[in-house]
Amino acid sequence: MIKIEAIIQTSKLDSAREALKNIGIDGLTVSEVRGHGRQKGHKEVYRGREYQVDLLPKLKLEMVTPSARKDEVVRTLVEAVRTGAIGDGKIFVSEVEEAIRIRDDTRGEAAL
Amino acid sequence: MLSNRVFAGFLLLSTSALAQAPQGDRAELRALQAAVTAAQSAGDNAWMLISAALVLMMTGPGLALFYCGLVRKKNVLGTMMQSFAMMAWITLLWAVCGYSLVFATGNPVLGDLRYLFLRGVGAAPNAIYAPTIPHQTFMVYQLMFAIITPALIAGAFAERVRFGAMLLFSTLWAFLVYFPVAHMVWGDGGFLNAFLGGKYPVFDFAGGTVVHITSGFSALVFALYIGKRAGYPHEKMAPHNLVLSFIGACMLWVGWFGFNAGSALAASPLATSAFVATHFAAAAGAVAWMAAERIRNGKASALGAISGAVAGLATVTQGAGFVQPFSAILIGLIAGSLCYLMVSVVKERFRYDDSLDVFGVHGVGGFVGCLLTGVFATRAVNSALKLANGQPAALGWIDGNPAQVLNQLIGSGIGIALAVVGTLVALKITSLVTPLRMSDSEEANGMDLSLHGEEGYNFEG
Repeated sequence: MIKIEAIIQTSKLDSAREALKNIGIDGLTVSEVRGHGRQKGHKEVYRGREYQVDLLPKLKLEMVTPSARKDEVVRTLVEAVRTGAIGDGKIFVSEVEEAIRIRDDTRGEAAL
Repeated sequence: MLSNRVFAGFLLLSTSALAQAPQGDRAELRALQAAVTAAQSAGDNAWMLISAALVLMMTGPGLALFYCGLVRKKNVLGTMMQSFAMMAWITLLWAVCGYSLVFATGNPVLGDLRYLFLRGVGAAPNAIYAPTIPHQTFMVYQLMFAIITPALIAGAFAERVRFGAMLLFSTLWAFLVYFPVAHMVWGDGGFLNAFLGGKYPVFDFAGGTVVHITSGFSALVFALYIGKRAGYPHEKMAPHNLVLSFIGACMLWVGWFGFNAGSALAASPLATSAFVATHFAAAAGAVAWMAAERIRNGKASALGAISGAVAGLATVTQGAGFVQPFSAILIGLIAGSLCYLMVSVVKERFRYDDSLDVFGVHGVGGFVGCLLTGVFATRAVNSALKLANGQPAALGWIDGNPAQVLNQLIGSGIGIALAVVGTLVALKITSLVTPLRMSDSEEANGMDLSLHGEEGYNFEG
C-alpha cells in the first residue's frame, strides 16, 4: 500500500474529488493547512499598516491506495488540480506498512 | 412644524380663553390643556426611550463588536467585556451620584448632590433640561452617554490591560473627567453651557467635546503611559474578524441616530435635522476614507469604509443639531480624510500604539468637529439661543459670529486639558493600587484565558 499526500490550491478541492471518484477512489481525508514553497505571499493593509503574509492557506488531501494504482492516481490528481501557476502545490508518495479497519479489525488492502 | 403650531394654537386658545371663560368652560379647557400636554409628552417620551435604547446598543453590542473584531482572537472576549463591564458598572455609579454630579445645579464645574441616589428623579419632568419628558427618561438617556465614553477609551489600551485595573481606572476617570466636563458643557450653570448661563458658550449638541474629545485625548495619554503591546509594531497584529467589526460599525451608525437626534430631547423638527446631519456626515466620512485609501494604496477596504463612517459620526456629533445638511456632508468629508491621515500616516510616523485608533478617530474627529461647529452652526437650524429681544441669536461664523470659533476652541481646550490631567491622575492612582498591565506571559496567552478563564472560539466538540 502507499499513502498519497497532495497539497493543493484551496479552489481545486472539488475538481480533485470529482476526478478521484471517477477512478474509484472513495476514501479521502482533507485538512486545511498553511505553508509556502517558492510562491511569494501577499500583502494585507489594515488602516495603512501593511502586513506581509507568507504562510498561505492550502488543502492537504491524504489517501491510501494499493501500490499498483500509484501512477494512475497521481496522474489523475495532477491533471485535476494543475493551473500551471506557481503555488499549485506538491504530491508526496510513501509506503504504508499496515491498514486496519477499526469497525471489524480487517487488515491490509481489504481494509481500504 | 405643523403639529407644533397646532399645539401652540391650542395653548394660546386655552390660556387666553381661560381668563374670561365661565366656570364650567374653564374646567373643560383645563382638561383639554392637560390632554394636549400629555399627548406631546407621550410622543417625546416614546422617542427618548427608543433613543436611550439605541445609545445603549452603540456600546453593546455595537462598540463591543467593532473593537473585538479588530483585536487578535485570543483577546476577543476580554475586549467585549470591557464594553459590557461599562454598561453594568457605570450604571451603578450613575445611579448613586453620577447623575447628580453632572446634572444637578451646582457650581460651574460640578453639580451638587441633590439627586444623590436619584432622589427626586421621577415621572415629573425636569423643566430646566427637558420639560416634556419624565425626569427619569432624561436621566437614563444621559446615562448611556456616560457608559460609552470610557468604553471608547478601552480601544487605546486593547490587548494588554488587566480587567480590575481597567474598572478602577474607568471609575476614577468618570469622576475626574467625564462628570466635570459633562456638567460644564450640559449642566445647569456649567462653565461652558451656551444655553444655561455658561461663561464661555460652547455649542456641543450631542457630545463632541463631552464624549469624543475626552475619550480620544484620554486614550492617547493612556496609550503613551502604558506602552506598546508586546511585539508591536513588527509582529503581525491584523484584525482577527472584520465581519464582526463590520456588523458593529453598522450598529454604531444606527445607534448614533439615538445619540445625536435624541439629543434634541424631544420628537421635534430639530431631532429630524440632527438625524439628517448625522446620516450625511457618516456617508461622507465613509466615501472620503475609501477615496483616500484608493488613492494611496490602490484599494478601498471594508475596514476603511467603516472607519470613515465612524469618523464622520464622531466629528458631526458636536454640531449635529446646529448645522445644515450640506455643512454636515462637508464635515464628514473632512473627517474621513483627516482621520485617515492621522491613523495611517501620523501614527506610523510616531509609532505610538493607540491600538484601535481611538485618538486618531475620536480625538481628532471630536476636536475638528468642535471647531467646525463654530463655523457652521446656524440659527436656521437651531433657534434655541435667543437675543434680549426674543429673536434667535447668530450662532456660528456663517451666521456672522466668527467669535464662536474661539469659544469652541476654549471649550475643546478645557476638555483636552481636563482629559489629559484627569487621565494621568487616574492612571497614577490605579497603578498604586493594582498593576495596570498584564504580565508578559498573560499577554502572550491572551486576555480571554488570562483574565477571564475562557475562550471566545471553542469549535471542537
